[in-house]
Order: sequence, then C-alpha cells, then structure tokens
Amino acid sequence: MLSVEAVSKTFGGVQALREASLACAAGEILGLIGPNGAGKSTLVNAISGTLRPERGSITLDGRDLTGRGAEHCARAGVARTFQNIRLFKDLTVRQNVEVAYITCRATRAKQAAGIDIDALLAQYGLDDLADVPAGTLPYGSQRRLEIARALALGPSLLMLDEPAAGLNEGESEALAMAIEGIRRDVGCATIVIDHDLRFINRLCDRLCVMDQGEVIASGETLAVWRDPRVIEVYVGQAQPA
Amino acid sequence: MDYLFQQLLNALAFGAEYSLVALGLAVVFSIMGLVNFAHGEIIGVSAYSVFLAAALGLTSPLVAVLLAVGAAALAAVAFERVAFRPVRYAPTTTGLLTAFGVSIVVQNLFMLLISPKPQSVSILNGLNQMWFFGPFAVSSLQVLELVVAALAIVGLVLFLNRSTLGLAIRAASRDFATVRLMGIRANRVIATAFAISGALAGIAAVFIIARRGSVTPDLGFGLVLKAFVACVIGGFGSLAGAAVGGMLLGFIEVGLLVALPQQYGGFKEALTYGIIVALLLYRPEGLLGRRAELGDKEA
Repeated sequence: MLSVEAVSKTFGGVQALREASLACAAGEILGLIGPNGAGKSTLVNAISGTLRPERGSITLDGRDLTGRGAEHCARAGVARTFQNIRLFKDLTVRQNVEVAYITCRATRAKQAAGIDIDALLAQYGLDDLADVPAGTLPYGSQRRLEIARALALGPSLLMLDEPAAGLNEGESEALAMAIEGIRRDVGCATIVIDHDLRFINRLCDRLCVMDQGEVIASGETLAVWRDPRVIEVYVGQAQPA
Repeated sequence: MDYLFQQLLNALAFGAEYSLVALGLAVVFSIMGLVNFAHGEIIGVSAYSVFLAAALGLTSPLVAVLLAVGAAALAAVAFERVAFRPVRYAPTTTGLLTAFGVSIVVQNLFMLLISPKPQSVSILNGLNQMWFFGPFAVSSLQVLELVVAALAIVGLVLFLNRSTLGLAIRAASRDFATVRLMGIRANRVIATAFAISGALAGIAAVFIIARRGSVTPDLGFGLVLKAFVACVIGGFGSLAGAAVGGMLLGFIEVGLLVALPQQYGGFKEALTYGIIVALLLYRPEGLLGRRAELGDKEA
C-alpha cells in the first residue's frame, strides 16, 4: 500500500507539486494522467526518492520513504521504468536484470526466492537475447527489459512511466496484458503514467488526474471521466448556452 | 640483440608501472568523474608506511609488501571519506581542486612529520637482483613488475566481470543515478572503487621502493602525471584504455631513448608529448575511449 499525503515541491518559484495526495493498494493498477507539465513525473520522482519533497509524506507498507533517497526507496520495494529508457547499455540483458536482483537478494529475501532470472527473461521474450548488450536491442525489447529489470527488484510498488509510448496498437495490447499478469503474479501496487487514454482506460482500476501540480480528481476510472474538472482539462470548458 | 632485448624489457616494465597507476585513476574516474591527482600521495602513504615500519624494526619483505598494498587501499578509502565524499555531486572542477588540495596537504605532512629529504628504505632491495637466462641478464624487478601487473589486471577484470560487487561497479560507471534507483549502495560501490584504486597504487609503490631504495615526499606525483597521460591516450575512463595507454607510453619513452642519438637525448620528453598530441589529433577520444554521446544522460 502506497500512501502519498499532501506532497509539495517547488522548482525556483514554480510549484511543481501542490499538496498532491494519492494512494495505491497492493494488487491495484492506478493510472496517473494529466497534461504535460502537470507534475506526474515529479510525483513519481518524489516517490522513487530522486527528489526530496518540501512538505508532505510518502509511505509504502507503513515505512516512511519521504526524502530518504533513491537507494533507500529501491531497497524498500519501489521499482520503476523511465520515460526515456535508462538501461545499462554496455551490460548484457541478463546483467541488467542481475543488478536489480542484487538488491532484492540483499533486502527482500521473500520476494527474491520467487524470482528466477531465466524465467523472467523468457517471460518478456528476452531469453534469446540474454547475452547481448542491452544498448543494441530494438526499442520495444528495451522497454520490456526495463520492466523485467524493475520486477527483479521484487517490488511492492511498480511505477511505469509512459510504457506504451512509441508502441503500436498490437504491442500496447500485449503490454496491457503483461501488466495484468504482473498484478496476478507479483501482486504489487502498480502506477501507470501514459498519454494513451484508451490504453489507460482499458487497464486501470482507478485514475488519478493531475493538472498544474495538483491532484484534481481521483477515483474509479469511469467515475473520474464524469468529473467536470477532468472534462475541463481534457476537453475544455463547456460554453454557456 | 642483448641490448634490444634489455630495452624491450625496460619498455614492458615501465609500461606495466604506468598501467597500474593509470588503472587506479581510471577506476575512480569511470565511476565518479573524479580525476584523482592525489593518487600519487596514496603511493606516498604506502611508501612511508613501509619506511616507518622498517624504522620500527620490521624485517620481513613479505610483510612489507602486504603493508604497502594495505596502507595504500586504506589511504584511498580514507581520502574518499574525508575529502571526496563531501564534494561528490559538485562540479568536476571542484573535485579536481579538492584532489590537488589533498595532494599538497599530504606531501607537506610528509615533509613536516618525517623529512623533506629522501629517506633510505632497504627492506625491499632483495626484489632487485640480476637473473641469468642463458646469455641474457635480466633484472628480477622488471620481470616481477610485468608479471604482477599482468596478474593484477587479470584479477581486476575477473572481479569486475564475475562478482556481484564488480557488476554493480560496472553499472555505476555508466549511469550512477540509475544504479542508485536499483537500490545499490553508492557509498559502498565508491569505497570499493577507491580501495581497488589504492591497492593498485600500493603495488606500484612496492616496485618504486624496491627500485629506488628510498622515499621522498613527491614520490608519486610525477608518476601520476604520466599515468594521467596514459589515461588520456587510452581514452579517459576506459579501463582497457588505461592499461593499453600505459604500455604504449612505456614503449614510446623507451623507443625514443633507443632511437635518439645521444646528443639529442634531451628531446625525449618533447618528442614523447609530440607523438601523443599527434595521436590525439587523430583520435581525440583516445584509443579506446567512447565518443561522447550528447544527450545520453539526463538528470
């Protein structure tokens, strides 16, 4: 269970996050959406420990993560992928996964016992490429490798930052099924950021909508789309009759 | 024939020493972007530790060797803890100036606490003998230098490729921020890199002491400049580049010594650096360096 309470962050006078709150339970898939610059990535960075919020608190399964740094958050079970892929390009596919598994084995023995790196690679269609440098993989495989690497941390919280970007319809359908598979097999809390609303609506149990650093709506996916503030951000204000 | 063989061995031995020290610089640079000009003072701490131990009655050369390597590794870790950790995320120039500061402070400590004059250390002289192979007379020190440097490099490669800590170090050397997001402890990775760097410097120190039979406060400084050049030739941050660059520098220096007529011997350094400049004009990123991929790293 991830719980973010009233987190604020400013960058040189710009309020990137304004008392943003959200919660995501184990086994739940939460969609984090909003226009560019809404603060989605800032919030994900705060949760993964690369940004220190000025106010507010972040806890995962009751453990405080607020401002504790990226290492601490990862060791507490926060895993993520990146909008701009950040693999270790010179290391092989398998070694990329092993780096994450080092931490899992050291800090999360229970999860580590359930992870088999070969099976994980096979599951993401990377078993034939295991000894190839990660930087040489095609784009779609690099995206899958990022997810496999995040899972090797044995996460309690998985955050996927624009996982469907650049994928065609067939690929994003396969991705959605993979994420549902993670919910079934790993059971972690999952947060998905994406601009592909069809992908988001199909996948997510609940949505959290951000605009200008604020969470303007959150709740069941269908209910959120009836919220006037969400309609205003996505469609524009209704003209007075 | 005998002369050429001797010079070949000279080149290999010099090259091995440059490689050891250059590798130490490269290991640290590749992970934290720090050009550690205080690396020479790690060699200095190692050498003075042996000097002090000998002055206090140590007689076993084996213990002296272990002491040299251990003291250097400890000194490197201590430098990181005290001086480099506080400026870890500061701009590169800050780290560079900090390293110069450490270098000057430590050299002055040697002068104040021990002596500015060379101090005799004879405990390792036994390493330096003449060995006879048929018609060839070779210096045992040079052979040992070559063999030990090769073993150290093989050991380093095995460590980096086979151990989990080595894997973490290799990942960190390409993308430090992402490695932390994988939960790898930055402090541990960096301390290990410094310890390795220091141990390599300690091995170099053993050979320097054995060859010179004395220690001076600026013992390592000149050597680190050479190692820096070796790193630049090979491509800064590339470990293979540092080893190759060191060897190449040894060969260029000895080659010029052999090729130049006696009366032009003074041009050796100028020609050495001339060759290096020509090489860098041809390959600005160094022999085994990567071309900078701009836009590769985002904050």
